[in-house]
Amino acid sequence: MQLFAALHKDLLLSWRTRAQASAVFAFGAAALLLLSFAAGPDAEALRHNAGGFLWVALLFASVLSLSASFQVEYEQRAMEGLLLLPASPRALYYGKAIANWLQLTVLGAMLVPVMVVLFDAGTWRVFPLLGVIALGAAGISAPGTLYAAMAAQLRAQQVLLPLLLLPLLVPVLLACVKATSLLVMGDPMNQLGSWMLLLVAFNAIFWPLGGLLFGVVAEE
Amino acid sequence: MLLPSTKPSDGTNSDAPGRVRELGPALEVRGLCRRYGRSWALAQVDLRLERGEVLLLAGSNGSGKSTMLRVLSGALRPDAGTIKVEGFEGRDEQRLRTALVGHYFNTYEALSALQNVQIFSRLLGRPSDRAALMPLLETVGLAHRADDAVHTFSAGMHKRLALSRLLLQQPAVALLDEPYGQLDPEGFALLDSLIDQMRQRGTAVIVASHLLEHGAALCDRALLLSKGRVQWTGPAAELPAVSKAASASRLAAARGT
Repeated sequence: MQLFAALHKDLLLSWRTRAQASAVFAFGAAALLLLSFAAGPDAEALRHNAGGFLWVALLFASVLSLSASFQVEYEQRAMEGLLLLPASPRALYYGKAIANWLQLTVLGAMLVPVMVVLFDAGTWRVFPLLGVIALGAAGISAPGTLYAAMAAQLRAQQVLLPLLLLPLLVPVLLACVKATSLLVMGDPMNQLGSWMLLLVAFNAIFWPLGGLLFGVVAEE
Repeated sequence: MLLPSTKPSDGTNSDAPGRVRELGPALEVRGLCRRYGRSWALAQVDLRLERGEVLLLAGSNGSGKSTMLRVLSGALRPDAGTIKVEGFEGRDEQRLRTALVGHYFNTYEALSALQNVQIFSRLLGRPSDRAALMPLLETVGLAHRADDAVHTFSAGMHKRLALSRLLLQQPAVALLDEPYGQLDPEGFALLDSLIDQMRQRGTAVIVASHLLEHGAALCDRALLLSKGRVQWTGPAAELPAVSKAASASRLAAARGT
């Protein structure tokens, strides 16, 4: 019950601050555009690296999104007010993490058409691609929510969050890039399943861990 | 003006606040210590507060008032000492049975006043529909701005919203840190009336304030903190004179006379 209350709160906050989400999407799209310029005019190379570009852009955009999701919690210390209630910190964590996951999944899905246009990297395997984005977004959201809660209480939060989070997300980045590339370029050796399995395993570790640690991280 | 009743809509946390150890005081604190780095913000503080008792917590800036309220609320861990609220010990019990209105308003600025209260109400497992919560906002004088975003509110209105959250929690011990700050005269009267109603309902109240004359008239007992230690405790009516004498002796000591 408390989980639904927390999720409702976070979705409501996301909706009321949707201008911020638009800015995050614009940032992601701009990053993709810049990467296309940096990679040069070789169409085959662009198509080959499209998955990598998509996930690097999404990763950087997600740092902004995660940071913003806790900015609203700490501007008037609303999160402290919630932690002082007889409410479970786990419910607060999962509410926030699920809301972040939904936001990042939508963001990733919106960046796919930009990738297709810029890199000519289309695929008909839309649902598997959405599955990769959903699993990748979950892999970013679980530790990202935890680290964002930690970094939000520190002065150098803008620097610390990517510094703490990005190294941890290397397995997610690797699996997502490979899986997306296989969907775009073709998968003759049927490797997609193993990369998806890696994403599932990462999520299976970090979702429970985040719930366990959030109470300790968020207080004081 | 009556405090609105917001009874739990489901089982969540509804029974727990009802557990009361009949003969125990509302709050019992023994040997409470808390330090920041090397300096002690609270040192060996003892306190006993009966149900319905209103305590004025006084002391100069940095004397430990806010730290004490934050420790009592469960926002900060004590370094030593025990805290029993209605006879129950532990941080979860403190969170269940106390409510703090502190220097921060604990509000979501992008949401409306009603949405803010609804969030807290849902998490407490209480009714969160408009009809159930409007009387609460009416009590604190915010009904006419219920649907406005909180970032458009003045500091005084923020404080009123924070008070509505405290009323929603219906705590055994209400902790008010500088509650009169930012309030207009009407807000002063409202807060006095709310404290009086809480007293009548058996809620123990701690009011940390520099308004000693006002507090002396409102509160039953006073506790004067100095450098984290209890310097004096006694009837609230005597506090202004005691505090004046303490200030004079501090000034004299500072001048070396």
